[in-house]
Amino acid sequence: MTTQHFSPRGGEGDDEGAAPVPTTPAASTQAVDDLLDEIDDVLETNAESFVRGFVQKGGQ
Amino acid sequence: MGIETEYGILGGEGARQNPMALSALVVAAYAQAVPRPGRTRWSYESEDPLSDARGWRIDRAVADPSQLTDAGHEDEGRAARGATPGAPETSGPGEPPVAVALTRRRRPVHPERDDPAATNVLLTNGARLYVDHAHPEYSSPEVASARDAVLWDRAGERVMLTAVRTLAASPHTPDVQLYKNNVDGKGASYGTHENYLVDRAVPFGEIVDYLTAFLVTRTVMIGSGRVGLGVRGETPGYQLSQRADYMEAEVGLETTLRRPIINTRDEPHADAGRFRRLHVIIGDANCFETATYLKLGTTSLVLAVLEAAQRGATIPFAWEALHLADPVASVQAVSRDLTLEQTLDMAGDGTPLTALQIQRHYAAGVREVLGETLSDDDAAVLAAWERTLDLLENDREAAAREVEWLAKLRVLEGLRTRHQLSWDHAKLAAIDLQWSDVRPERGICARLRTAGGVAAVVTEDEIERAVSAPPTDTRAWFRGEALRRYPEAVVAAGWDGVVLDVPGEPTLVRIPMPDPRRGTAALMGALLDRHPTAATLVAELGGNAPRT
Repeated sequence: MTTQHFSPRGGEGDDEGAAPVPTTPAASTQAVDDLLDEIDDVLETNAESFVRGFVQKGGQ
Repeated sequence: MGIETEYGILGGEGARQNPMALSALVVAAYAQAVPRPGRTRWSYESEDPLSDARGWRIDRAVADPSQLTDAGHEDEGRAARGATPGAPETSGPGEPPVAVALTRRRRPVHPERDDPAATNVLLTNGARLYVDHAHPEYSSPEVASARDAVLWDRAGERVMLTAVRTLAASPHTPDVQLYKNNVDGKGASYGTHENYLVDRAVPFGEIVDYLTAFLVTRTVMIGSGRVGLGVRGETPGYQLSQRADYMEAEVGLETTLRRPIINTRDEPHADAGRFRRLHVIIGDANCFETATYLKLGTTSLVLAVLEAAQRGATIPFAWEALHLADPVASVQAVSRDLTLEQTLDMAGDGTPLTALQIQRHYAAGVREVLGETLSDDDAAVLAAWERTLDLLENDREAAAREVEWLAKLRVLEGLRTRHQLSWDHAKLAAIDLQWSDVRPERGICARLRTAGGVAAVVTEDEIERAVSAPPTDTRAWFRGEALRRYPEAVVAAGWDGVVLDVPGEPTLVRIPMPDPRRGTAALMGALLDRHPTAATLVAELGGNAPRT
C-alpha cells in the first residue's frame, strides 16, 4: 500500500511527487498558452473533415 | 469498485471501416503485443444482464438486442445461476483464504472453437479487454481505493496506446485511433461505467432516494466538458458533461437506450446474498486523474453512509431535503450552467439549491456520519472533495488544473480569443475530440499535461507497473496472478471465478471468488508461493490429484 494522496496544494507527507506541485494561476495560464502556441502542429490537418468523419456507433 | 471504458474508434484511410472489426483488431493487437502461452478465454458464468435490482428479471425475448451483453454465452450464466443454490459461505477470520467450493466442468471437445473471434482477453493486471458493441472496452480490475481506481484506469489508456502503436507498426493492418470520450457529436454515445460493491442490506430504494441528486450535481467536479449542445450537438456552445444529453430516465435497466440516472442492472458478479454491484452509467470518460479520483471516491463515500445507516447510523438530516423536482431536466441544467450559480428546483417546498450547494450538503453529511471512522484513503478523498468545491467557488484559475471541463474550456476560450472563433467552428470541435486521443503526441489533454497544466494523482512509474500487475488487495490479485503464474492451466476466468485445466483432474476445476475483497495477496500470496504448478494448487484446495 502506498501512502501517497492526491493533495493539489502540495500538502501532507508525500514523497515521490504524487502530489501535484503547488502552482500559481500564472503557471496554469502559461501551460494553456504554450499549448495554444503549438496547437496547429497537434490538431488534425483538416479539422473540418476530421470532425465530420468522427462517426461512432452507439454503445452502452 | 472499478471502471469500464468503451473507447471511441477511428480507423483506415478513406473508406470507413467496420467498427466491430476494427475493435476486434485492437484487442488482437494487444494480445499479440503482449504474448503469453495458454488460451485463456472469458467466462460468462456470473453474467446476468437482464436481472433488475428492483427485484425482477426481464425476458430475453422482450429485451432490446443491445441489452444481451452475454449473447451466445447465455447458457453459461443460466447454468451457473441454477447450479449455485443459496448463498456461498460467508467469510470470517478463522476461514481459509479462499472460500473454496471447487466446482467442475466437462472439458470442451473443441476448445479452439469456443471463442473464435478471440475478442475477449484477460490481462495479468486483472482487467478484461474486449469488444463491447462496436467499441474496444477496458474493464479495470477491482480496486479498493479511489487512488487505485485512477492507477488502473490510466493503465487502461496505456493498454489502448500499445494496441494503437502495434497496429501502426504493421504494414498489414489499418491504423487505428482511439479516444477516451463518450460522444461523436452525431447522436451516438458510448459509456464509461463505474461499479461499486454495496452491501446488499441497503434497500435499492434508498440508493435511488439519496444518490440521484448526488449523481446529477457531481458533474461540476468531474465533467470532462463537451463542445455542442443537444444529442447531435445541434446548438453551438459548451457544456460540462459528455453524457448529460443522453440521460433520459430517472431509474431503469437499460444502458443503450432510455439511459437512466440510476441503472438497475443487478448482476453482482459476486455473492448475490451479500453484495450488490451498483452500475453507474451517467459519468463521463475522464482524462484528468483528479476527476477519476473524485468520481470514484466521493460516490463510494456517499454509498458508505447508506451502508453505515444499515448498521445504526442516522442518515444526515440535510440529505432528506436533497430531492430534485425534475432529476432528468436537472442533469442537463447542471451541464449547461458554466457559472455554477443557477439553482435547481427541489421537490415539495424545498429551497432551490445550486449544484455546488447540494455537493456541500453531501460532503458535510459524509463528514458528519463517517468523519472519525474514515480510513486514510477515504479521509484524503473527503478533503480533496471539500477543497475542490472551495476552488470552484472561489478560485477558478487554480481549479483549472484539477477540473477537466474547466481546463478544456480554457483551451477552447484561448483559441477563440486568438482567432475570433465562434462556437460552431470545426477547430473547436476537433479540440474536443482530440482532447482524449490516447497518443500522447496527439492528445490535447496529454499535451496540456506535458506543459504543466494538469494535476497528477499517481506517478508514471506506478501506471507502468499497473499495466501488468494487479491490485494486491482485491480478488483481482488472484485472477491476475493465476494467469501470470499458471498461463497453461488457466483456460477461462471471469469476475468471480478462475477455471483451471490441470493434469490429474478428471474435469476442469473452477475456483470461485464470490467475495471481491478476498483473493488478495495478503490472503493468498503464501498459498500461491507454495505451488509452482497449478496441479498442486488444485490438489491442496481439494481436487483429486495426488498431493506432492
